[in-house]
Order: sequence, then structure tokens, then C-alpha cells
Amino acid sequence: MSDVIQLKAKDFVSNQTVRWCPGCGDYAILKQLQRVLPELGIAKEKIVFISGIGCSSRFPYYMNTYGMHTIHGRAPTLATGLKVTHPDLNVWVITGDGDGLSIGGNHLLHAIRRNVNINILLFNNRIYGLTKGQFSPTSPQGMQTKSSPIGAVSQPLKPLGVAIAAEATFVARTVASNVKHMGQVFKRAAAHQGVSFVEIYQNCVIFNDGAFSHATDRKTKSDNLLELEHGKPMIFGKNHDKGIRINEFEPEIVSLDDVAEEDLLVHNENSRASLAYLLSQMQYPEFPEPIGVFRAVNHPVYEKTLRKQIDDSIVQKGVGDLHALYNSGNTWTVDADGKTVADPIS
Amino acid sequence: MTEPKLVEYEDIESVIIRFAGDSGDGMQLTGTQFTNTSAIFGNDISTLPDYPSEIRAPAGTLAGVSGFQVNLSSADILTPGDEPRVLVAMNPAALKANLPDLQRGGVIIVNEDAFKKNNLRKAEYDTNPLEDDSLVGYRLCEVPLTSLNRVALESIEGLTSKEIDRCQNFFALGLTFWLFDRPLEISMEWLDKKFTKKPHLAKANITAMQAGYSYGHNTETFQMRYRIKAAKLNPGHYRKITGNEALAMGLVTAAQKANKPLFYGAYPITPATDILHHLVNYKNFNVRTLQVEDEIAAMGSTIGAAFGGTFAATGTSGPGLALKSEAINLAVMLELPMVIVNVQRGGPSTGLPTKTEQSDLMQAMFGRNGESPVPIIAPATPSDCFETAIEAFRFAVRSMSPVFVLTDGYLGNSSEPWLIRNPDDIPPIEVSHPTEANSDNGYLPYLRDPETMARPWAIPGTAGLEHRLGGLSKQPETGNVSYDPLDNERMNRDRVAKVAKLVDIIPDQEIIGPDEGDLLVLSWGSTYGAVRSAVQRLQGQGQTISHGHIRYLNPFPANLGDLVDRFKRVAVPEMNLGQLVFLLRGRYGFNHEFIPISKIHGRPFTIGELVEKIGALL
Ligand code: SF4
Repeated sequence: MSDVIQLKAKDFVSNQTVRWCPGCGDYAILKQLQRVLPELGIAKEKIVFISGIGCSSRFPYYMNTYGMHTIHGRAPTLATGLKVTHPDLNVWVITGDGDGLSIGGNHLLHAIRRNVNINILLFNNRIYGLTKGQFSPTSPQGMQTKSSPIGAVSQPLKPLGVAIAAEATFVARTVASNVKHMGQVFKRAAAHQGVSFVEIYQNCVIFNDGAFSHATDRKTKSDNLLELEHGKPMIFGKNHDKGIRINEFEPEIVSLDDVAEEDLLVHNENSRASLAYLLSQMQYPEFPEPIGVFRAVNHPVYEKTLRKQIDDSIVQKGVGDLHALYNSGNTWTVDADGKTVADPIS
Repeated sequence: MTEPKLVEYEDIESVIIRFAGDSGDGMQLTGTQFTNTSAIFGNDISTLPDYPSEIRAPAGTLAGVSGFQVNLSSADILTPGDEPRVLVAMNPAALKANLPDLQRGGVIIVNEDAFKKNNLRKAEYDTNPLEDDSLVGYRLCEVPLTSLNRVALESIEGLTSKEIDRCQNFFALGLTFWLFDRPLEISMEWLDKKFTKKPHLAKANITAMQAGYSYGHNTETFQMRYRIKAAKLNPGHYRKITGNEALAMGLVTAAQKANKPLFYGAYPITPATDILHHLVNYKNFNVRTLQVEDEIAAMGSTIGAAFGGTFAATGTSGPGLALKSEAINLAVMLELPMVIVNVQRGGPSTGLPTKTEQSDLMQAMFGRNGESPVPIIAPATPSDCFETAIEAFRFAVRSMSPVFVLTDGYLGNSSEPWLIRNPDDIPPIEVSHPTEANSDNGYLPYLRDPETMARPWAIPGTAGLEHRLGGLSKQPETGNVSYDPLDNERMNRDRVAKVAKLVDIIPDQEIIGPDEGDLLVLSWGSTYGAVRSAVQRLQGQGQTISHGHIRYLNPFPANLGDLVDRFKRVAVPEMNLGQLVFLLRGRYGFNHEFIPISKIHGRPFTIGELVEKIGALL
């Protein structure tokens, strides 16, 4: 290829001052994405970031690409409208646990089930940050916040479980503090044809600090995370000595001292949604939490099917002609003497 | 051979016919077929469907009555008419629900087979109206329609008894065709085409229609036929068109005239859904329709498409518009062009989903948080919906703003003859997307054009013009987020000024009648036909009165204030409780006497009631 696009991370840095709290997990995500985008070989003007409302949704202002900071929960709808009219654009939706799973839950479900070729990054910090600390749809039951001083009553949603239930064709999880892993996941998400849904564990230092310490603490994280690799048995632990086995349709943790590797559950990104769903239900402290690509399958892409319907219709009917459109159905002619004559039905 | 009977012809100028039956009886179809033939026959036509919101309310009940009214005339007509002269009633409920509207002395054709105990009870009749004297004063024609239809179809093979009975409406249609001396061929052609794959159904319906026609011809029940001469329509090529259909064609035309794809995002809602139904068939015009999960998504996807440089539109009705409000405000802030169609219906809340009202004017004007100016245009007739859709896009592009088109259930569903436009005569819509920076500091997305106050419309994919838009308060020109108090006020004022500047391309308000005097009637939207006819009738009676029909509701035409000043009183008929009056008072002061003439029955004004109400002011 002659005109390979040579961009650098700094080309994606906008002239706006980043205004997240010092230490916020969002910084790492921004930086990593700015680093990954040049590697995709996509022209900057073809990239669009669309967000809703919340701390994470300020994201587009900081990216020197096209972007829209929209309204609470609705970013997937704008992304869908843009993508079906401009399939050549590379569209990213930036959302959070409140934006995507509470006020925007319906749009998220439908964007996913349509399989529009967009990348949805859900920054999960398990709290409402911008409104200063209320429990969110992913806050654990019992969590004390400003709006739940004696503990949140409702059960949390598992973002990946929701996405898989909506038949997401690409589902992954990563951790904001693990930039290398995050970068790989972003690249996989960008390469996927169809909707890509990525949950990012993102620490809110101000209102929910340490929510993911089990997954970020250097000493414990390898015991608490299960890095998924396609075709590989599910092994985890500091010493690679633990594995996941299926017993009566339920996952269980086994020690490699007692169980042979061949008996472990093998990860398959292309399997039916049930494996991905099972993985999405594994939660600390009962289980190590899987990270990486849960599912990546090929399904027809919405905007391509729509485009095909248009092309087929042009083949069948010819390129639309307004004369023909106006004159379709029963028409009649009134001549200069006022006499009416019916035209043949067209 | 039966002796040919003696039939007299009565030549009439015009007639209003109402077909009524159960919502499952196919009365909308019967009415439409009768209208098509009459239109092609050269009559001026205007129709009004009236159907319940229940898809199939319990058969035979008053709640399930569905009606279709058509006004045929040899003269120019503007409305579906006030009181029908002929009522075709397929069952007792249809008779009961429609009799109060019928002219004294009018013709009633009933299916007497349906006037059985059970049906009478369901229609809440204590005694059979065909047997008591409640129909004295009307010309009652009792036709054993069900049994005649069964006999007519018994020899056709492969029909279930349900299929046979479902042809009753075509029997009634055939009889009506005979009564009004209309040919059957056009409906026959239509049936053949519709049932290409089920020829036995085409045959059954055609046979039923012919049987109905022969019945009229052969029996003594009907001694009179009516002839309505062709109307003197201007020479040209015509078709029948409903408002929703005209709107769909207008949207496609606008996009074609700008060399753009059309995007239409929508969620099903009565009475706007037909716009979507039409547009899905226009895919070969590069129309991309998106039926989405809710009204909010319909608006959001429309904004997304507009950001991409597409001609984007959405259509809804009142409750849907309420859901869209937040996103419309985003469109106001982003300053992107798009068209929002509101086919108004009876409110508030779910209200009267299938009936008409004009009560969303305030919602369109003010139904959003903050200062949120949006241009509003309202078509006057079904075919005018076509022109309005195109004009709305012109406004949208010029002002880089969402634009409202306020139609209503009546306009959307009614039909009239349309003198088919030549698309080549419709001027192109000029759109420009910058390809280069517009300042030494790069691309400024909110640098306004001094003439229109609009910002430029750079679209994704254009190298070097990458920019971010958002719903937060902004700095002028750069569009960067700014909480500066003066920036905020300036941007608010600029957006208001930008919409107000559309007045530069809005033609002056015209009126009929003297341009000053005692009483001016001002109306807007779908009431045009009834109000214009009423005013003309009063003028014909020698009254001095003027009428202006407002198309541009925001901004108002520049001369409207002057006009109002030249009259002592202004009467404003509206299908709401005085929303235009409120705007006029707010704009032109309290010194004028504005007189609201309100109706919220879910039905259009009749000419008669307006003559009475306006006449009482003279
Ligand atoms: S409130 Fe929390 S999530 Fe929001 S910017 Fe601050 S640290 Fe980040």
C-alpha cells in the first residue's frame, strides 16, 4: 500500500485541557486509546467519538477527531444514525455504568442487538461521579453512598451479562490500570466487524476509590483475574496453578495439583453465547474475574444489510426517478376542455 | 329477463357520502375505492377517514365503528364536507353512530341482514330502527346485503364462508357505484392487481361488486340515481394524495434536490406511521429508514445522520414529540439541520390517538428546557404537505437548525386530487460543506454567516476540519465548552436571532378580503379548507370580512403585526383552546381583541359551524 497513514499519539490530542480529577482512571484510557488509534491505519478524519453524559463522556472533547458530546444515555442512537449513513466512518461510543446501563439501557441493548459496526467502551466505576457519588446500576448491593447511606438495596447489573443477553458479537473486559492489556483489547474491538462491547474497570478516586483493587493490586491481581486466551485452558493464579473446570453446568476452581490440564475449561471466543455468559457471571471473591475477549463471532452487520437492501432495490426498480414516483398509482388527466381521462395504472 | 325499470337521474353539484361499518368490515377500503374512481371520473374530492383506536373493538359495538367520508363535487371543494347526504351503514352500530351527522332527508342504505337482535343489543338499540319510526324523514333503503352477497358468490369454488362474507363491502361498493353512475373497471383492475397471487379472491370481490351493481339496476328499491358532473379542474395530470403520502414524497424530493441520501428515523405512532410505511418503499432513492427502539432513539439517530451530512428527518405525534424534546434541544445546541414532523393528534397524554387536533403548537414552540427557538411551518392541505416538507429542509439548511412541520391526523389521513408536480420545476436545495479551515486559527465550527447567522456544516470524513460538538454551553466561534456568562448569553441570543432571520425568506402574509376593517380571521394548519370556505360563504352573503391563513408560525411573516393592527378584532379558529391566540397576543400585544374559536372534538371544523360562529361576530 502506497499511502499508509502515519499518525502519532499526539495527533489525537485535542487542544482542550483535560479536566478529570487527578488520579482518575479515565486518564489511562484516554492515553491508551490515543496510542492505539495510530496503529489502526485509519485516517483521523474518519474517526468519530460519541458520548453521553457523565465523567467518562467528556472524552470526545479531548480527542482530536470528529466528536459529539450528547445527552444522557443516548450516544448509541446518534452513533447508529451516523453509522448507517456513513458506514466508512470508524465510530466509538464512550459511556459509563450510569449512562449506558441506567438511563441508556434501552439504547445500549438495541444498538447491540442490531450489530451496528461501532465500538462501545463502557467505563465502569460502579458509581455516579459527575453528580458526586450516588450508587449506580453496577454498585454492589449494600454499598454505602450519598444516596444509599445504609446500603444500596438493589442488585447490580453485570454489564457483560447484559451485552451477551443482547447477543453482542464482540464482548471483552479490561482494566484501566493494565494499559498493555487494554491496548490489545481496543485493537481487537476496532478490528471486529459488528458491534464491539468493552467493559473497562475504571477507578473513581474520589467517590469509589479501590472498587477494583482486587483486580489492580499487584500482589493479588493474578489470583483474582483470569486472562482469557482463545483455545487455551483457563488457568490462573500467581503460580499458574489453578484452573476452571465445569462441574454440573457450573464453573468451579480446581488446583492443577489434582486436576489435569486437559480437564479444564478451554476458552472459545466463537462458541455460543452460553459460554460467554457463564464467564460473565464469575465474580470476585467467589471466582477470578475473566478479562480479555469473551466472545467474538461474525454476524451480518446492520448497515451492510441495509445498504444491500438499497442496492437490491436499485437493481430491481432502477435508480429512483421522481417523475415515476409522483405518477405512480391511479392518475388521470384533465384536458384543456376540462375533460377527464383515466390513465392506465402504472 | 327482467323488464328494465324506470330510473330517474338527478343531477347534483356535489354529494357527501359516508361509508360506515365495523372496523373489520373494510369500510376504509370501500371509501378509498369509491374515491379513486370518482377522482378519475373528474370530480373534485376530499376525504376524511374516521376510525377507532382499537384495531378490532368487539364486533357490532359502537366503539368499533369505522367510517370514511368523501365529498365529491363538480366545483372546487376544500373540505370533506359537513353533513353527509348518503350513509351506507353495514350494521346497527354504524347507523346509530353516524345518524346524528346525516342531513335531514338524506339517503340511508343499510344491510338489513345485520339488524338482528344481537346486533341491535350491541348497538344499544331498544327497538329495531328499521321497524319503528325513528328513520322517518330519511330515504331508507334496506338491502339484505349479507344474504344477497352469499347467493352471488355461492358458485365460486374454493371460498370459505368467512371469505364470502368479507366481500360484503364490495357488494356495497358496487351498489354505490350504480347509485352514482360510476364505472367498475378501476376497482376491478385494482382487485386483479392486489390479488394476483389469489385470483379466486379477486374474482370473489369483483363478483360481489358486480352483484351489488346489478342489484341497484334491477330492484325497485332504488328509483333514483345521481349524476355529479366532472369538476372544472385545471388542465393537467392528477393523482389522489393523502397528507402523509405527500409528506413522504416531499422529504424524498428535498433530499434528491440536494443530491443527498434521505435518512428517516422513527418509532411507530398513530397517525404518523404511514410516513414510514411510504418511505420504506423508496429505498431506490437511497432512502435509509430506521425503525428504532423508541422515540428518543428516533430523534438521536436523526441527529447522528445530520451530523454526517445526510438529509435527516423524523416523524411522530404529540406524545412522541414529548419524548423527543431533550434530543431536539441537543439538535438546537449542535445547530444541525433536520426536519421533525409532528402529525398532531388529540391529547393530552395518549388522548385520542386516531383523531385530529392542533394542540401541539405550544409544545413545538416552547416544549423544551432553556431558550430553544425552532422554526415551525404548518401545511394547509394534504397536498401542501409535499411543498412544506421541501420548504422545511430549505429552512433547516439555511438556518442550520431543526425545523418543525406541524400537520395533524386530519391532514395526514385525508386525501385530495394533486396536480402532479414536475420535479424538474422544483429548484435545487443548495448545500455546502466546507473543505477548508474558515479562519487563521483553523476550522471554527460556530463561526456564523453574517447573512443567515448559521454556522458552517463540516462533516466527518473531511480532513483537517475535525471538531467536537456538544450540548454544553459554548464559546462563540470555536464552540469550545465555556461557562462564561457572556458567552452563554451571546450564544443564546445568536440562536434566537438565527431563527428570527428566516423572516428574510418568508413571504408576506396574504389575506383575502379588504386589507383593513372590523374583523380579520386568522387560522393555521389543517383548518384552512373549512375556514376559507366559511369566510367565502359569509363574503358571498355580503359580509365584510377578511381571512389570512398562516403557514409560518415561527417566525411569523414580517407584515403580520401590521395586518393585525389594521383590524379591530381578530378571530382565530383552532382545534385547541387558543394556542395561536396566545402567540399572537404575546407577540402583538394585549391591545388587540383576539377572539378564540375553539374546538377539540377530535374532528375538523365543519364549514357550517364556522359560518355560524364567525357570523355571530359580524
Ligand atoms: S469523579 Fe471519579 S470518575 Fe469522575 S473524574 Fe473524578 S475520579 Fe474520575
